[in-house]
Amino acid sequence: MAKGVKPRVKVPKTAAAGETVTIKTLISHKMETGRRKDGDGNVIPRSIINRFTCAFNGKNVVDVNMEPAISVNPYFQFDATVPEAGEFVFTWYDDDGSVYEKKKPIKLA
Amino acid sequence: MNFTRRETMAVSGAALVATVMPLKLMASTTDLISGVTGGIDASGDGISLTAPEIAENGNTVPISIDAPGAVAITVLAAGNPTPGVAKFNFGAGSGSQSCTTRIRLAGTQDVIAVAEMADGSFSAAYQTVKVTIGGCGG
Repeated sequence: MAKGVKPRVKVPKTAAAGETVTIKTLISHKMETGRRKDGDGNVIPRSIINRFTCAFNGKNVVDVNMEPAISVNPYFQFDATVPEAGEFVFTWYDDDGSVYEKKKPIKLA
Repeated sequence: MNFTRRETMAVSGAALVATVMPLKLMASTTDLISGVTGGIDASGDGISLTAPEIAENGNTVPISIDAPGAVAITVLAAGNPTPGVAKFNFGAGSGSQSCTTRIRLAGTQDVIAVAEMADGSFSAAYQTVKVTIGGCGG
């Protein structure tokens, strides 16, 4: 598990039924591209988050395949529809096999 | 007006570089788009790509893509060592087929977005982003 990985998610606390809400996610991660070299000329191995998914009550909202060209601390903003009260599940998949998960409930207004 | 040989070479050389450069860039951009679509022609409608014209720092360039009705959007950077940037797949719970993120750009180049629509057609948009690493305004 890479060090200092902290997922952060911004979801409204409530929404009207059927409303479209904007979600912002950020995860602190160094996103090493595998092209940089250290002081001795050795290549620093690639270590990135290669996939991010968001699901609402088991229904997929967005599924992103990521390449090394995504910036450090990957940030995503997207929209989701909220037909009923439930829970958003955000999942990040690291190159080293670790999985970071964050859940956010949302209520109907 | 008499040109010396050296001057003539310099002028024609510069002209050659100026004409060849954009052509080369365009070719790779269209190649990349057809690589995603599998050879199907992509229309320019139905997709909008927002990227800064000039990015001071190539390490974090904010981009946003909006393609109503798309099932997937592929983002490419023509001038990066590996052109792939990300692929967004939209599911049943998505509110709109749009996404904002931050990407890395190795230098001044085209950023390309290709959307795959629900009916199997493709739309593509690209924008040139000028990257001035070091912030000297070059």
